[in-house]
Amino acid sequence: MLTILFDGIAYGMLLFVLACGLSVTLGLMNFINLAHGSFAMVGGYCTVIVVNRLGIPFALGLPIAFLVTALIGGLFERTLYVHVYSRSHLDQVLFTIGLVFMSVAAIDYTMGSSQQFVQIPDALQGQFDVFGIGMGKYRLLIIVICGLLTVALQLTLAKTRFGSRLRAAVDDQRVARGLGINVGAVFGITFAVGSGLAGLGGALGAEILGLDPTFPLKYMIYFLIVVTVGGTSSITGPFLASILLGIGDVAGKYYVPKLGAFVIYAIMIVVLIWRPQGLFARGTAR
Amino acid sequence: MTVKHGPVPADDVSAYLKSRARWSPLEIAFWIFAFATIWLFPGKYLILKDAAILALFALSLDLILGYAGILSLGQAAFFGLAGYFAGLAAKYGFINEPVIALVCSGIVAAALGFVTSFLVLRGSDLTRLMVTLGVSLMLGEVANRYSDITGGADGLQGVDIAPILGRFNFDLYGHNGYVYCLVVLFVCFVIARRIIYSPFGLSLRAIKENGLRAAAIGIPVKWRLVAIYTISAGFAGIAGGLLTQTTAFCSLDVFSLERSADLLLVLIIGGTGYLYGGLIGAVIYKLLQDWIANLTPQYWQFWIGLVLVAIVLVGRDRIGGGNAALRAAVSRLGARMTGRPAALGNAAPDGN
Amino acid sequence: MPILETIGLEKRFGGIVAAHNVNLTVEKGARHALIGPNGAGKTTVINMLTGVLKPTTGRIMLEGRDITAVVPHQRVRLGMARTFQINQLFLDLTPLESIGLVVSERLGLGGDWWRLVGTKSAVTEEIVEIVKRFRLTDVMHVRTAILPYGKQRLLEIALAFACRPHLLLLDEPAAGVPEVERHELLATIEALPAEVTVLLIEHDMDLVFSFADRISVLVNGTLFVDGAPEDVARDPRVKAVYLGEDLDA
Repeated sequence: MLTILFDGIAYGMLLFVLACGLSVTLGLMNFINLAHGSFAMVGGYCTVIVVNRLGIPFALGLPIAFLVTALIGGLFERTLYVHVYSRSHLDQVLFTIGLVFMSVAAIDYTMGSSQQFVQIPDALQGQFDVFGIGMGKYRLLIIVICGLLTVALQLTLAKTRFGSRLRAAVDDQRVARGLGINVGAVFGITFAVGSGLAGLGGALGAEILGLDPTFPLKYMIYFLIVVTVGGTSSITGPFLASILLGIGDVAGKYYVPKLGAFVIYAIMIVVLIWRPQGLFARGTAR
Repeated sequence: MTVKHGPVPADDVSAYLKSRARWSPLEIAFWIFAFATIWLFPGKYLILKDAAILALFALSLDLILGYAGILSLGQAAFFGLAGYFAGLAAKYGFINEPVIALVCSGIVAAALGFVTSFLVLRGSDLTRLMVTLGVSLMLGEVANRYSDITGGADGLQGVDIAPILGRFNFDLYGHNGYVYCLVVLFVCFVIARRIIYSPFGLSLRAIKENGLRAAAIGIPVKWRLVAIYTISAGFAGIAGGLLTQTTAFCSLDVFSLERSADLLLVLIIGGTGYLYGGLIGAVIYKLLQDWIANLTPQYWQFWIGLVLVAIVLVGRDRIGGGNAALRAAVSRLGARMTGRPAALGNAAPDGN
Repeated sequence: MPILETIGLEKRFGGIVAAHNVNLTVEKGARHALIGPNGAGKTTVINMLTGVLKPTTGRIMLEGRDITAVVPHQRVRLGMARTFQINQLFLDLTPLESIGLVVSERLGLGGDWWRLVGTKSAVTEEIVEIVKRFRLTDVMHVRTAILPYGKQRLLEIALAFACRPHLLLLDEPAAGVPEVERHELLATIEALPAEVTVLLIEHDMDLVFSFADRISVLVNGTLFVDGAPEDVARDPRVKAVYLGEDLDA
């Protein structure tokens, strides 16, 4: 049972890294980016190419995934997304779904539709046995990396100037602009970093989540659940929501395998009935 | 040219309001053509039938999106639930006659709509998207779980649809199937049209425009939204039932995100808020899909995605604006042809 | 029996007290004005009366009936309707459609999804009468969004009036209306039937003193002065609040 908890936490933290970019985007620009999963997929495939085919070590493959995806994210943001910010939510949904379809088909065309596996170094295979809990080494790595990232994100938000500008812009865009904060630049950087994190998550998660062209469609709902349940005004909200969902999903699939993801959808619906603005939304925990 | 001032008789107002609901010549032409396709395109029944089902499905979304402003990615829940119900009814024989089965599956879907409507009323656009999507994906999981009943990933097998009304068999060419779908579409459309032009329909438009004021003039906003959401679910369900009955098959993809997303695309192409958007959009979408699939059978999703992105970038308003200008011109044309009064208490039209 | 009574009405937002111990009484048939400096809490009081805001404590009695817990749309049915300080109109509908909507709803036809709009003669007759009363006959087929502001303001009141309320709450009806259109607006308000009680929030003192037969002054969320216009006009405290003069001056 503790193994399940361990696995659930690993899964949850992975979800968090994948979804936090989406959370900030939504909170910052009130922009529903359903294509977030596509960036994750791109990062995953990037690592596959780099590690499997170019023989670059795994440890480097991860940062490369981050950088490449961040660059693509930044590029898309400046050229495409910027035209859609002021549109209605319906338009944003349509636009990003369109991007999802395009990315899915593009990856299918270039890389084939079968599932891809990243060659993980031998050191990371197998598991430790700690007090009778089987801790997969790879999953441990995920927890460590994601944990460090979370701490780094929290520190950036809380301690740096950029972080305070970002928080100001999330809180009230107009006032932030009035204070001289370059909201456009803040958003561009945030979007790029968020996409990069998604890419990193995709690379890390290829082993656990399965990487194939339908990744964005399969997992988009998970990211959206994290964001909806966790709210968009903090880091801790989505973090806790991710952990909750990660554990819920792993436990659900273990104890009631045929109902699979039913458990997290049910959790989401219950949470949203109880608190329509999300568990940790503005106004509840400040 | 005389200009009338002074009090306007109530009868004029009454006549004006009633005239708005009259079927315009263009509408009549549309439906004559629609039914004429039965004889005009005998080789194309399959794609026409698909378009008719999609049109009804899109109509259901238009009712809530275009008229009540509810953003939903979960119409597939009702589509799928009714689809499986109709399939199971035929397979296990508890409702043999297709029309009755269809009505029942619509009612089942409407019941689900009623139950979930309260979820949809709360929260923001994103919450609504998530909850609606969550419900339909959840149903997909449930259908997967009970695969011994539903056939799981393989789909519902062994569905045998009895002849419609005991007389019309579903033939291989799809002729009867298409006529069936078209008639059902027409009936549902007439009902929807009636609803839209009723005081209830007017109140929906008001709620969409300004929910605060709607409540301030005594409209029970929540209950109206529940009502239209339930009706819309019923229509979506009927569309799902039609699909199962005409293909004698039902599989898990009825609950998929792609199905709900395609629906949005259909409405975007056709326009929302004037009832014909779903119908026109469905036809164009099906033709588009067919054409693209013939060009690149495997990757047509890419082009559909591109179309979506392009439409949004160009601007729905500009496309919708083009639509609106065209529609306005057409309705003026219609008014002139039937001699309907264009305005009241003002200058009489030239020639009178 | 007064048509409206608030008993100890209070609204607190965290540490801020927007309304404190408001005991307002409005007599049937009155032309009652609620005035006070900006930020005094007038709109808060109106929002509590109509149910948009829930009071922290206190009760609201409409015609002797406790409506504190009644939902907004039900209050309309019980006889209280309001206008908004910033127009809340149905921009895509025409005045005819908007007024028609309100009348339909009131007559209980709103839930009717089968009958077509315009088939009930009782409804159309009333629509015509209201359109005429609010001088909207010339523009009744014009989309609300493109109406001149004065006409929009008239429509704003017409919508509330079409609810046939016993108590009509007018929230700064003359606000922002250009000089040339004010006369029409004021004349229309004057011509409201006597059986409709009017509670008016206004800044325009000319309108207040020409229209009201009773004035309540709200300052910092508290009812300050309450009485006949002449008395209120002479009250030195009111002058001090509005003009900021020293009480001794």
